[in-house]
Amino acid sequence: MAANLNALHSDSYIDISQYRDQHFKGNRYEQEKLLKQSCTLYVGNLSFYTTEEQVYELFSKSGDVKRIVMGLDKIKKTACGFCFVEYYTRGDSENAMRFINGTRLDDRIIRTDWDAGFKEGRQYGRGKSGGQVRDEYRQDYDPARGGYGKLAHLQRVADGRQKY
Amino acid sequence: YMRSKHADHRGQPHKKRRASESIEIEDRLESLICRVGEKSTSSLESNLEGLAGVLEADLPNYKNKILRILCAVARLLPEKLTVYTTLVGLLNARNYNFGGEFVEAMVRQLKETIKSNSFYEAVYVVRFLSDLVNCHVIAAPSMVAMFENFVSVIQEEDAPQVRRDWYVYAVLSSLPWVGKELYEKKDVEIDRILNQIESYLKRRQKTHVIMLQVWTAEKPHPQEEYLDCLWAQIQKLKKDRWQERHILRPYIAFDSVLCEALQHNLPPFTPPPHSETAVYPMPRVIFRMFDYTDAPEGPVMPGSHSVERFVIEENLHCIIKSHWKERKTCAAQLLSYPGKNKIPLNYHIVEVIFAELFMLPFPPHIDVMYTTLLIELCKLQPGSLPQVLAQATEMMYLRLDSMNTTCIDRFMSWFSHHLSNFQFRWSWDDWSDCLTQDLEKPKPKFVKEVLEKCMRLSYHQRMVDIVPASFAPLLPVNPLFVYKYMDESSSTLPGYPVTIAIHNAIKNRANNEEILNVLKDVPNPNQGDDDDEVDSFNPLKIEVFLQTLLHLAAKSFSHSFSALAKFHEILKALTDSDEGKLHILRVLYDVWKNHPQMISVIVDKMIRTQIVDCAAVANWIFSPEMAHDFTRFYVWEILHSTIRKMNKHVQKIQKELDEAKEKLEKQHRRRDSGDEDDDKNSDEDGLLEEQIERLQEKVETAQSEQKNLFLVIFQRFIMILTEHLVRCETAGVDSNTPWYKNCIERLQQIFLMHYQIIQQYMLTLENLLFTAELDHHILAVYQQFCALQS
Repeated sequence: MAANLNALHSDSYIDISQYRDQHFKGNRYEQEKLLKQSCTLYVGNLSFYTTEEQVYELFSKSGDVKRIVMGLDKIKKTACGFCFVEYYTRGDSENAMRFINGTRLDDRIIRTDWDAGFKEGRQYGRGKSGGQVRDEYRQDYDPARGGYGKLAHLQRVADGRQKY
Repeated sequence: YMRSKHADHRGQPHKKRRASESIEIEDRLESLICRVGEKSTSSLESNLEGLAGVLEADLPNYKNKILRILCAVARLLPEKLTVYTTLVGLLNARNYNFGGEFVEAMVRQLKETIKSNSFYEAVYVVRFLSDLVNCHVIAAPSMVAMFENFVSVIQEEDAPQVRRDWYVYAVLSSLPWVGKELYEKKDVEIDRILNQIESYLKRRQKTHVIMLQVWTAEKPHPQEEYLDCLWAQIQKLKKDRWQERHILRPYIAFDSVLCEALQHNLPPFTPPPHSETAVYPMPRVIFRMFDYTDAPEGPVMPGSHSVERFVIEENLHCIIKSHWKERKTCAAQLLSYPGKNKIPLNYHIVEVIFAELFMLPFPPHIDVMYTTLLIELCKLQPGSLPQVLAQATEMMYLRLDSMNTTCIDRFMSWFSHHLSNFQFRWSWDDWSDCLTQDLEKPKPKFVKEVLEKCMRLSYHQRMVDIVPASFAPLLPVNPLFVYKYMDESSSTLPGYPVTIAIHNAIKNRANNEEILNVLKDVPNPNQGDDDDEVDSFNPLKIEVFLQTLLHLAAKSFSHSFSALAKFHEILKALTDSDEGKLHILRVLYDVWKNHPQMISVIVDKMIRTQIVDCAAVANWIFSPEMAHDFTRFYVWEILHSTIRKMNKHVQKIQKELDEAKEKLEKQHRRRDSGDEDDDKNSDEDGLLEEQIERLQEKVETAQSEQKNLFLVIFQRFIMILTEHLVRCETAGVDSNTPWYKNCIERLQQIFLMHYQIIQQYMLTLENLLFTAELDHHILAVYQQFCALQS
C-alpha cells in the first residue's frame, strides 16, 4: 500500500531558505544538516521596541518555548530588530514556520527562518554601525527601526549640510 | 523516498539511466493523477479522458505503480472522490482485469486501514468503493452485501459502542453518493439495513454528548450527536427519493462508455474482529452556527438535515485535512470549492473552521493554524470574508452564556491573536452591554480575558487606547512588580534589614555560602526561640530572598530566568519541603500578580529546574489564596501546562526505556548469529541490563508521580465542588452560578484533554474518588467521561 505520495504531502513552509550564515564554523553540508534538524528559528523584521514577552506570547502558540535570545546592537547593546526562538522539539518549530512566519507581531509582518543554533556572539548585529546589516543599506524610513538606514541617514545629513 | 545521488560510475550506465528514467516516469504519473481535476484550460471530462488514455498505455510497464497511486488518492483525497472514481471507471471500461485488480487492492487497503486504527481513511475507502457502483466498476448487489456485513456488527455481543458506531457511520455516510443507485437495484435490502440502523440508533446510549457540545443551549441550533444528525439527513434523502443534486458527478458525462463496462463483485468482506488495541474514533457533535437566515443575499444555505449540508461539510473538512500545512494552498482550495456559486461558500467555510477549532476534546489540527488560515482567507476575499467573520464573532459573543468554557478559551485566544494582526480594530461599543453585568458573567469575563491576551501581544497603554473609555473596568492592570520591601515605609516589616543585605550581596556578586549566611538572620515566625530546627521551613526566609531576587530581576523574562539559574542551589535548599514549595509559589504570586504571563513562565522554569514539583503547583492553584483567581484563564493555562510537562516527562523516559530494550534485543540477535566474543558480550549485556533496570525504576517513579498529580487534581475538584453544592443546598439557593458552571466545565476539561492517560486510572478513580456517595452532579461528569470510549 502506498504510504505517501510526494505530490500530496507538500510542506513548503518548512523548507530551508537560501540564506547561509557566513560566520558559520563548518562547511555548507554541515550547516544544512543542522538547519534541517534545528529547533531554533531566526526571527527578523521586529520593531526595535518589540519585547521578549511579546515574542514569547506569539511563539508559544506553536509549542513550549525553550529560550529566546533578543538581538542586540553590538555597540549600544539595545534591541536591534531580530531574535532567536528555540523550541524543545522540532515539530513545534515547524509549526511556527508554517503558522507564525509571515504574520504580524507588534503590527509588523515578521519573518522566521531556520537557524543552525544559537552560539554566544550571534545575538549581535553585524552591520558596521552596530545594528543589522540590512539597516545599513536600506533606503526607506522605518520609525520602528531607527528611522532611515545608516547610509541613507548619513547621506541625508551630508545633503543637509550642503544646503547651507 | 530518497533518490540516490551517489552515482556508481563504475557500474552499468545504461541500467542507471533506465532506473532514473523510470523514476521520472513514475513521478510524472503521480503528478498527472494528483493534479487531475485542478484548474485547467480544458474541461474536466476531456482531462479525464486524456489521462485514462495515458494510463491505459502505461499499464503494461507501470501497472503496480498506477495501482498504488490510485489507492492512495482514494484514501487521501476524498474531496476529489468522484473525479477518481470516474477515472477508475474509464480504466475499467478499457481494461477489465485492471479494474478487478484495483478493487481487490482497495479491499486489502480497507482491511489495513481498519487494522491500523485509521478509521477516517477507512471511511473514505468505503465511500470510494460505493461510488464505484455509480461508475459500473462494482456490481450494486455486492456493495449491498458489504453494507449488510457492516451492519451485522450491531449484533455483536460485547462490542464497544464506538465500534458499532463506526460501521454504521461507514454505511450511512456513503449513501449520499450511492443511495439512489443501490435503492433502485435492491430496495428491500436497503430498507432492511436502514431499519436495523434505526433501531440501533434508538437504543444506543448518548451520555457522552453533553461533554462534547460547544453550546449547552438548544437554541438557535441544537448541537446534535453526529450519528443522529446523519440519520436525519439520510431519512430526508430517502424521502426525497434519493435525489441528490450537490455532488459533482463527472461519470454522468461518460455514461454511454461506462455502462458498456463489465462490473466486478466485491469479495466477501468480514469486518475484522474487535481487539484490545483497536481505537475507534471518538463520538462527536455537529457544530452549527449558521442557517438560511444568516446569509443576507445570494444563494441559500442548505438546511441542517439536508444531505447537501453533509456533503459540503465533509468536503470542506477533507480539504483542510489535505492542505492544513500550507495555508495559502488551503485557503485557495477552500475558496475554489466546486459548486460554490450555488451555496454561501464563505459561511460554510467559516462554520467548518470554527467547528474544527471548537471540537472537543481537541481540534484536528493545532489551534494557531486556524487563525492563520482565516487571515489568508480574508486576504483572498477582502470584500466578503471579513464581514462573515465579524458576523460569526458577534454571534458567538451573543451566545457566550451557554458556551462551553474550553471553547470560550479557544474563542478568546483566537480572537485576540486575530485582532493583533489587524491593529486591534473592533467595534467595541457594540459590546457595551457587557459593562452593566457582573464581572464574573461570561460576556464581561470574555472581554476582560481578550484584552488581557491582547496586551500580551502588545502593551498596556495600547489597550487603553483601543477601547472606549467606558471599558476601563475591563482593562487589565499594568503588569508591574509589587515589591513588599519597597522603601522606608516598609522598614518595620520583619526581615526588612535582611532584604537590604541580600540586595547588596547579590549586587556585589556574593557566592551562595555568603548569601545563605545572610539569610540565617531571618527570624522564623513559625518557631519559638529554640534554634534546634535550623533547617525547618521558614516562610519569611523564602519571602525575603525571593522577593528581593525577583525584584532585581524584574526587567524581563531573561533576567528572571538568569536569576533562577544563578541561585538555583539556594532556592532548592529553601524549598526542600512541600510547604516550602507551596510558599515559593505564594511569594511569586504576591510579587507578580499583575503580570500573569510572568507567573506562568516562572512556574514553568521552576518545574523544569525542579525547584517546585507538579503536585505543588496543583495544590497551590486549588489553595484558598488562589480562590479569587480560580476562574481566570491564566490559572488554567498554568495547570494544563503543568500536566503537559508531567506527561511529556513520562513519555520521554518511557521512550528511553524502550530504546534501551530494543538495543539489548538487537545485541542478542547479533550474538545469536554468532559473530562476537563471549566476554565482550556479557559485559555489554550487563551494562545495558543495568541501564534498563534503572530506567524501569525511573519510569515507575514518573508514572506514579503522574498518577498522583491527577489524583490530587480530582480530589481538590471534588472538595470545592462538594463544598459549593452543600453550601447552596443549605442556603436554599441555586447552585448553578457562573462560578459553578466554570468549575464543573474545568473538571470536564481535565477529563477530556487527558482521557487516554486517565483511562489507566479508572479503577482507582471509581473506588477512591468517584464513588456513589458523591453528589450526582459531580458523578455525572465522571460517567460522561466513561461513556466516551465504551
